[in-house]
Formats: sequence, C-alpha cells, structure tokens
Amino acid sequence: MDEADRISDIWGARTPHARDESWPVRVDMHLDGDVGEADVDRWVQSACVLCSNGCACDIAVKDGRMVGVRGRAQDTVNHGRLGPKGLYGSWQWSRSDRLTRPLVRENGELVKSDWDTAMGRIVERSRALLDDVGPLSHGFYTSGQLFLEEYYTLAVIGKAGIGTPHMDGNTRLCTATAAAAMKESFGSDGQPGSYTDIESCDAIFLFGHNMAETQTVLWARVLDRVHGADPPRVVAVDPRTTPVAEAAVATGGVHLAPMPGTNMALMNALVREVIHRGWADRDYVYAHTLGFDELAATVEPYTPEVAAKICRVPASDVRRAAEIFGTSPRVLSTVLQGFYQSHQATAAACQVNNLHLLRGMIGRPGCGILQMNGQPTAQNTRECGADGDLPGFRNWDDAEHIDQLARLWNVDPLTIPHWAPPTHAMQLWRYAEQGSIRLLWISATNPAVSMPELARIRAILAREDLFVVVQDGFLTETAQYADVVLPAAMWGEKQGTFTNVNRTVHLSDRAVDPPGEARSDLDIFLDYARRMDLRDRDGAPLIAWTDPEGAFAAWRECTRGRLCDYTGLSYEKLRGGSGIPWPCNDEHPEGTDRLYADGVFPTDPGVCESYGHDLLTGGSLDERTYRALDVRGRALLKGSPYTAAPEAPDDEYPFAVISGRTAYQFHTRTKTGRSRQLRRAAPEPWVELSVADAARLGVAEGDVLCVESPRGSVQAPARIGRGRDGVVFVPFHYGYWDTPAGRAPGDDPHAANELTLTEWDPVSKQPLFKVAAARVVRVADGTGPAAAPTTTASAPARPGAVAGTVGGPGAATQERVGESAPPPAPPTPEHTPGVPRHEATDRS
Amino acid sequence: MHLATYLGLLHHAEHTLAEAFRRVGDGHAAEPDVFHLCEVLARQCDRHTDALVPVVERHDERRETEPERLLTAGLGETRSGGVGLLRDLQDLYTLASFVDITWTVVGQAGQGLADRELLDVVGTCERETAVQLRWLRTRIKQAAPQALIAAR
Repeated sequence: MDEADRISDIWGARTPHARDESWPVRVDMHLDGDVGEADVDRWVQSACVLCSNGCACDIAVKDGRMVGVRGRAQDTVNHGRLGPKGLYGSWQWSRSDRLTRPLVRENGELVKSDWDTAMGRIVERSRALLDDVGPLSHGFYTSGQLFLEEYYTLAVIGKAGIGTPHMDGNTRLCTATAAAAMKESFGSDGQPGSYTDIESCDAIFLFGHNMAETQTVLWARVLDRVHGADPPRVVAVDPRTTPVAEAAVATGGVHLAPMPGTNMALMNALVREVIHRGWADRDYVYAHTLGFDELAATVEPYTPEVAAKICRVPASDVRRAAEIFGTSPRVLSTVLQGFYQSHQATAAACQVNNLHLLRGMIGRPGCGILQMNGQPTAQNTRECGADGDLPGFRNWDDAEHIDQLARLWNVDPLTIPHWAPPTHAMQLWRYAEQGSIRLLWISATNPAVSMPELARIRAILAREDLFVVVQDGFLTETAQYADVVLPAAMWGEKQGTFTNVNRTVHLSDRAVDPPGEARSDLDIFLDYARRMDLRDRDGAPLIAWTDPEGAFAAWRECTRGRLCDYTGLSYEKLRGGSGIPWPCNDEHPEGTDRLYADGVFPTDPGVCESYGHDLLTGGSLDERTYRALDVRGRALLKGSPYTAAPEAPDDEYPFAVISGRTAYQFHTRTKTGRSRQLRRAAPEPWVELSVADAARLGVAEGDVLCVESPRGSVQAPARIGRGRDGVVFVPFHYGYWDTPAGRAPGDDPHAANELTLTEWDPVSKQPLFKVAAARVVRVADGTGPAAAPTTTASAPARPGAVAGTVGGPGAATQERVGESAPPPAPPTPEHTPGVPRHEATDRS
Repeated sequence: MHLATYLGLLHHAEHTLAEAFRRVGDGHAAEPDVFHLCEVLARQCDRHTDALVPVVERHDERRETEPERLLTAGLGETRSGGVGLLRDLQDLYTLASFVDITWTVVGQAGQGLADRELLDVVGTCERETAVQLRWLRTRIKQAAPQALIAAR
C-alpha cells in the first residue's frame, strides 16, 4: 500500500502494461482527517459525478456523515481508481453551507419559507400561465448532473403533462455536439467505442480533448499504455501545450495547435489525405457507408498547405498526423470541447466519425470512437429526453415514434410537442429575453456562470416578467436571482442511476440523509406533478411512480427495443458488481462493450433518431428526402466546407480568447470549491498567455491583466504559459458566490463567460465558447505568481519559475495496486441490439 | 434567344437574394443564428452571381431586348419582433424559391443547348439553393408556434 499526494500527482502511480493486456487494478482511497478504513461504519455503492468518466466508488459513512471514498476494483470503468476531484471533492461539500429550507422572494428579498408555500407559488403561477398563454409560456432548463430517474420524470411532466417543447439541459453547453455528430453519422446517439479500446489501440487521437485534466482516470489508463511495451502513438489537437500534447511528442506522434475556430479546415485536410494517399478501406466504405463521392469532392480543396495556412500549423504536421491515422492498424479517437465548443462543431466532429468510417475502424478492439461527454449524467439527459431530444432516442419527426410515446404515457399524441425539435437552450433563453417564456425552472445548474455572455443572462434572470424557479443544493449565483428556491438533496443523499461516456450504467445508493428539509430532485418533480394534478387521457395520474426504482422500471419500458435498451438492467443487478453498458436486454444480459461490430447502423427510417441536417446551415432533411437515400443500415459520410468563424481577432481585439477547465475544479465549483485540497490547488482564476505575447505586452508572471471582449471584461493575474501566440486562455469555473458581490461581478469581474459571445453551432446548437476576440491590457503589478496549477496545461513556460502545486498532509491518498484481478470486459455482440439487420451491400 | 434574358434575370435575382439575406440578418441581429447564417448564405449567393458571369458574357451577344417587368423586387425594411422575424423569413423563402425555379428554367435551356459549362454551374447552385430553402423552412417551422401563440 502506497500513499500518494493526488494533488501533486494527479494520475497516481503507473501500472504499465503491454498492448492487449488488461489494465491492472489499483484501488484509490481517501478518508477524512484521521479516519481509518476500519473506522468506517458503512460503505455505500455509487459512482463519481465530478466528470463524465463515471468511476465506480464506495462512499464511506461514519456517524451518519460522508467521510471519504474508495474506488471499486471490480468495475470495468476505473478498475479501482479515482481522480483528484472524486477523492477530495465528492463529499466535503455535504457538511457546508447547504440550502436546508425553501426560499421565496418577499419585497425583493429571498426569505426562508416552507414546501407548501414555495410549491404553492410555483403551481399558482404555472396554472395561471397555462390558462392565459398555454404551455409555450413554460421553460425547463436542467442539468447533466441529475439521475436518470429524475430526467425521465421531468421529461414526462414537460412533454406529456404540460406539453411544452421548451426543455433543455446544460448538456447543450457540453455534450450536444457529441449527440449531434453521432446522429448525423450513425443515425442515433450511442457511443460506438469503449474505454477498453485504450488497451488495444496503436494510435490514439485526441481532438480538442485535454483528457489529462477533464477525465484524469481515463488519462491514467492511457498513460499505462504509454509507459508500457508497444505504446500507442498519441496525436493531440489543442492550441495549448497540455499533458496530452507532451505525450504526443514523447510517443512520436504529433501536436497540432490550430488557431481557434479553424478545426474544420484541419479535419477536411486529414480526410483528404486519407483518401488521396489510398488509406481508405474501399470495401468497407462501399458496403457500410453512403456519401463518399460528395465527401471526397467537399474536402478536395483542402490540401495540407491550404489547411496549414488557415490553421497556422505546419503542413508537414498535417501530413504526419494523417499518416499516423492512415497507417496505424488500430486507431482510437476521442473528441471534446476544443471541437464541441468551437466553430463548425458538428461538422468537425463528424469528420472524426468519417475518418473511422473511411478506414473501417469501428466496432473492433482498439478501433473506437469516443465522442465524449463533459458531465457525469449527460448521457441520461440525452436519452431520457430532458434536453432537446425525445425519450429513448426517438425521432421528433417520426409520427410512429410519437405514437409510441403517446401509448406509453396514455396521452393524446398531439399533447406531445413535435412540430419541430424540442427548443434548444440558447433559443429557450432568447424566448425568456423576449418575454414569451414567463416561467423558467432551472434544476441543478448555474447558468449565471456557465452560459455565454453573462451580462445578458443576468439581465434575463432579473426580468420582472420572468418567474424563475431554482432547484439546487446551494444558493448559487443563479439561485440568488430566483423567485422561488427549492433545496435539493445531492449525490449520496438520494438514490438513482446514471450512465457514463461509454454507456456504462451505475447505481448510486443513498448514503446519508439530506440536510434539513432538502428533498431529492425526483421528489420535487413528483410533488409538482401531483400538485398540478397532471393526468393521462383516462383520468389516471400521469406519473404512476413514487420512488427511484419505480421511475427506473418505467424508463426500462420506454427503452424496450431501442438502441439504449435498459430492459436487462435492474437495481438488483447493478448492485455488488460492475456497472453494465447498454444496450442490455434478455438476449444480452451482460450488456454491450462496443457498438456496430458488423458495420450495420441504426440509420433506417423508422429507427433513426434524426433524418439528419445539412452541416453548414442546420437545415433539417424531411422524411421523404431521407427515405429516398435508401440508407439500408449504412452510416452517412457527411461533409461541409470550412467557413470563417463569426468572430476573429482584428486590430481592436487582437487575441483569440478560449475558456476551459482545470483538473482541480468542476463546473462552477459548487462542490469542488468547497473541498479544502481542491480549493487550495486552484483557488482563483488566471489569464494564460504565451511567452512572446507576454514579452510584447511587457507582462510579467502574476501581473494583473484585463481581458476585454466586445461583451465584457475579466481581471486576473497573468500566467506566462505554454499556449500558442495570439491565444489567451481563461478557466471558466470562477463565478461570484464566494465573493462579496455574491451573484454578479461588482468591481471584480472574473468569470470567463463575461467575454464569450451568444452564437451557436447550426446543427448541435452548442454555444461557441472558444471563439471570442479580445484585447489584453496590463492594469497593475502583481503581488506574486498567479495561483494557477503547475501540474497541468497551466504550468509556467519556465519550469521552476513558480512553486509547485501540492496537496500537503491533508491530501494523503492510499493506492493499492494489484490486490485483485482486473474485471473482464463486457461482451461485444456480433450484431448491435436495437438495430435492424441488413446483409452487407454486395459490390457485385 | 431569350436565354440571355433569363441569365440576366437569374443574375439579378441572386443579387437581390444576397441583399435580402443581409438585410434580414442585420434587421434581426439579436437572433444570432439568423444574423450569422444570413451572412453565410448571402456570400453563397454572391458566389452564384460570380459563377454566372462567364455564362452571361458568353450568351450576351445574342441578347434580345430585356423586358424590365421580369425582374424581381427586393425586400423593404425588415420587421421587428417574433412575428416580424417569421414574416421576413417568409419573404426570404419566396425570393429563394424564385431563384430555385429560375435555376431549373435555365438548367432546362442548358440541357437543350448541351451547354456543359452552364449545366455545371446550375448543378452546384441549384443544390446550394435547395439547402437555403431547407434552412429557411426549418427556421420558420421552429419560430412559428412561439411567435403566433406566446409572443407579446
């Protein structure tokens, strides 16, 4: 047993291994203060919710309180490991400044109240608006951090009870492009690849994905290959010198650092090279895809030199990256915010799918695509239809799919809004801004910090004619604008299930009681449905369930026969062993590791989640046009020309500013900011700029900078870092709840989203957080170096220039290597459940 | 031969559509997707106009007297609010539909003349005009219920 400081050593001890060998077990445990493992009263099964990786863990309970966590050795996702956020941030918040009673606004002030009063006010306003305006007056803005049971309940309330199309999650900000890209290429959401592909790949491409910080345990899994025999070559696409970029150099791969907003030019060049150099698998392309000729014509102008000029990267690096993709026997690709939150997000993410389809690298070990998620339960928001989707990956434009839901819920199909896709978040906020949405119910998210262009968001939240309900565990920046605040139970205080990036479903049991009068989000939604007296067409209560397990059973029925089939899962089955990846049904009771092993995709009309879009404009294809394609289970190769981003640096605003994450904080820090170790590791924001830019502006490490965009400004100390010239990085976690101003900048603006613009991808509608233009002004001398972590992408350019980030004595974590054998990987069915069978198209 | 007249008409209509996209985009700049996509599509119309130039010049020497009344009228001032946006998008839809069917008409003549250069231009521009119509239809369908039922 070894002790590690997992603040200074983010990824923990290496357990290197060779290709095609199992990833060894290492059980990580951190307990509060002097609590020993033997002192713990109970261990309660769960999985971590502080990133999208979904590491299984047990919560340590002592004297009725959460006192730590331990990784679950038997789980296929993490083989016992946990990351710094999980170890130090999972539980410490539970004994802090929680909301314990409902609050209502009286004479402009939020005052303590009770559930009857608070819910009574919501129901009164809700009924009045339904009578006066109708369902289009209601908007629901939810999260990527609730449980499946809560999302599904909310979806049924919104779609079958109220009948509003205005429901979306903050998943729109983090993962909408992943879903959109999979719908466009494969006909449906549903992760093709698996984490087990890391064990057998020969090359790993990370497109706009700083995995070393955003999914630290997954990166530990990659590092164990990189440090073992026959390591994969790593290719990183990122404007910053991240640990991933360093691994790319160390493994003989490539680090490409394109200018923000130019990903599409780079991707078109990579696709063109793979086609031109003869690396495409012609037989696979012919048998399993549609659209090759059009794609080849679209990418034709994008020579490596053309891309090099647009992206400002060396053409030889573009060639080299394409060669690695084209010649490695097994390639794994991952994609995240560098693509999803940038210009032409869906089109660029689709090119990653295209590269794999062109080489026939899908559904086989080591040949995976991981279109990542940012949040732990984002997959559930998508599949349950609590965002701009319908439950069970159903297609809003397919009348039979709407009938299926109407039968399931026993309501008139016309109750379920399906004249257009459910309203995306950016439009939902616009309707509130225009005064046509007049009740906005926000659950488990903090838009006053996380949405783009915060001055505008604050103005909307403050509108007199908008009734704002906020349901959260803390009095967040957003909650401080609410008319009614509902105190919610959080992780460890309630029961439910959730699904991670590679479709693995985990059960999270209740370890402790919620504080004060706080209730689970499920109970709050159920209470609203009851008080609104929502009924089906026969007059029975619309929502028949009363607890998490009942909701899960209802959800199971909703998924029967669909790609996200949960019918083989139950709480009982999920308890004790490993999480299980869907689809999981009677025929495949152990779940499914990889999708599409036989190259047959859920693209058939009648099955697909979408008829697809034009990638340049987002214009939707109608059913007749789609049927005419005669897809027959083939994947779609879709392309788009590169277009210039809506905002680019100019004389007045000469820098491209991008927002991003650090390994030690999550989202708006509601949990991680209340952990001693994490708070110390990354206490405050910083502005990162390159050595050359700093020299030109006369900026020294720690000097106070003002970054100003056409929308607002941010002030923070300078970190002279390792990004590319012309690009400024600002972490997006830091809002105002722990400042004197509370909910707004006051005289200390430092939230990155003061700078960002209101603009989104035409297909996924994901906002563009990574294409704002800004100027940088030095405003004052520093009092020391910026408090930016030195262990990650924010490390100073000059090693040793700044004292290293450490956790100290309170950060001791136990790591136990190899105490048990690694859990076996789930099976990969020859044909994917929920997908109609097709014979491969015969070339003759 | 009246093809030259129609090529001139199409050239004018693409130019009018480009202007209309820009005008609607500017008039509804508070709708960022409309603002940005209108500019992207206006540029697409500009390229269509450019692509027509060599064909127009080639056929221009056999031009008949052009009846003025064939030309399309552009858009007036944009309207405001949700219903205004809806109505302006409908105007764009009408103009783009006119451009679309005019490409069809010109394409038919191109077939009759076996004019490969013209047919290539028609192929590309007709496909892109179809996408413009698809986007307009998508955006109009999305905007209609809120504008007609809930907007104040």
